[in-house]
Amino acid sequence: MPIDWFPLWLSLRVAVLSTALALVGGLWLAYVLANREFRGKDVLDAAITLPLVLPPTVLGYYLLVLIGRASPVGKLWEGVFGSPLVFTWKAAVIAALLHALPLLVKSTRAALESVDRNYERAARNLGASEWKLFWRVTLPLARRSILAATILAFARALGDFGVTLMVAGNIPGRTQTVAVAIYDAVESGNGAVARVLVLVVSAVALLILTLANRLSPSRL
Amino acid sequence: MLEARLRKTFPPQPDSAGFALDLEFSVTAGVTVLFGPSGAGKTLVLDSIAGFVKPDEGRVLLDDAILFDGASHVNLPPQQRNCGYVFQNYALFPHMTLRENLEFAAERRPRLERHRRVTEMLEKFHLTETAGRRPHEVSGGQRQRCSIARALIGAPKLLLLDEPATGLDAALRAEFYQALRQVRSEFETPIMLVTHDLEECFELGEEMLVLSGGKLIQSGTPRHVLDQPANLDVARILGAFNVLDAEIKTLDPGRNTSRLQVGEFEFEGTYFPGHLKGDRVRLCVRPEQLSVSTRQGKLEPNQMPGELLRSIETPRGMRLEFANGIAVALPHNEFSRLRDSRDWVIHFPSDALRVV
Repeated sequence: MPIDWFPLWLSLRVAVLSTALALVGGLWLAYVLANREFRGKDVLDAAITLPLVLPPTVLGYYLLVLIGRASPVGKLWEGVFGSPLVFTWKAAVIAALLHALPLLVKSTRAALESVDRNYERAARNLGASEWKLFWRVTLPLARRSILAATILAFARALGDFGVTLMVAGNIPGRTQTVAVAIYDAVESGNGAVARVLVLVVSAVALLILTLANRLSPSRL
Repeated sequence: MLEARLRKTFPPQPDSAGFALDLEFSVTAGVTVLFGPSGAGKTLVLDSIAGFVKPDEGRVLLDDAILFDGASHVNLPPQQRNCGYVFQNYALFPHMTLRENLEFAAERRPRLERHRRVTEMLEKFHLTETAGRRPHEVSGGQRQRCSIARALIGAPKLLLLDEPATGLDAALRAEFYQALRQVRSEFETPIMLVTHDLEECFELGEEMLVLSGGKLIQSGTPRHVLDQPANLDVARILGAFNVLDAEIKTLDPGRNTSRLQVGEFEFEGTYFPGHLKGDRVRLCVRPEQLSVSTRQGKLEPNQMPGELLRSIETPRGMRLEFANGIAVALPHNEFSRLRDSRDWVIHFPSDALRVV
């Protein structure tokens, strides 16, 4: 029985890319939430958390409205790159990002806020700009927690199903991620393929979570 | 030189009473100690000077620079204030070596000067050998010296220390006093130090500001404050004072004497300016200013009999507590000479009697 490994590689690629994007955006959002006071901060915080609680179909629907071929974003994308964004693996990256980002922002914000305020006061007192303070003091002191959060976000991005199915579809060899492929195999009565993929995904997830636990600050 | 006028109010909250900081003071060369009980607002004063806390109104002037001025809305960020700050737990960056900690602070100096400056400070504070270690890998004394060196490396106009010796054992404390005396002699930076330890005041302080409930209640040399507490509040904060109610019987400015009635006993004191015959006053005497003896016959002036309740051993000698509430501190040898006494007499030297 030949097993097509493409879905696994696609999922890994999608997860790596979306985690990287989530890290960049998440770091910035977490910094803003941890350090700035502004109107609507709690609303922004809630909006970032929303993907954790909304049903995948609702998120998928929003994404289709936002990046579908008829939307401004979709039109712009098609105008620049010559092909639509939805129902490509890039849409799967966006779907995974939607789940990775809230996890990352929440944990990173907590990690940044848990750095002893006295270190930040000391740095300011020694003439450090906010930029220098963040990169040289706060971030290094919070790095283990942030790394653990990144790994969790990666694991979450690896396993997305519902939103991916809605915005990237189920095109074998092009947008079929491993979660979708398992669904596909079960639906078509291909139990052997499903079993192998399920075991592989579980093993990868277990590995990742063990790694994240080793990094969490309580183990220091 | 620092001149500060600070006002800041914290309205009462459901879980805490309100607090108002309202004081004016100046700090010149040498060591100025900000002394007061916990909750007096000492750290708040330091934080207002360093720029971590914004006062409601007032003015902070350091040499020629205006750090804060409520009226003209000047409020320099901590980065531009040029005040060295030694935190209570030192706040050395744990992920950097001692050298890196100093280098971090030296980055505001000209590039060519940095390396030399760091090396020089490491040598000055005997840290050269441990420069490559992280703060948790060195001794408490080294951490302490490193945090002082880090605060001084940018050549601040003022050095602030927040209870730097609190919680240290005696050996580390002595080491710290030594380091600070070195700073005092080798740098011209005025030093402002927060403490609630009276011994530390005497060990280090040339000038003392007594703070209570957000207000400055007395200032002067530590000796002066201890000898002449301005009021009962100061006496209570300094601790270990005997307080006696008395009535002034006569006052003689010419001979600098007075006669006082303390309960049923007659005392002779010095002249008390600003008081009148017949005034009811409170006298304040420190336990170590009193002496005791065995009673022999009739009491003389400035003596009071006492029934000994207990004697307590202290690091410096004995502390005797009498039934009438008077406490006396005396050296061991003197106590062992008298220990079998039955009838005790407490002596109040005339010049030790202070009216508060």
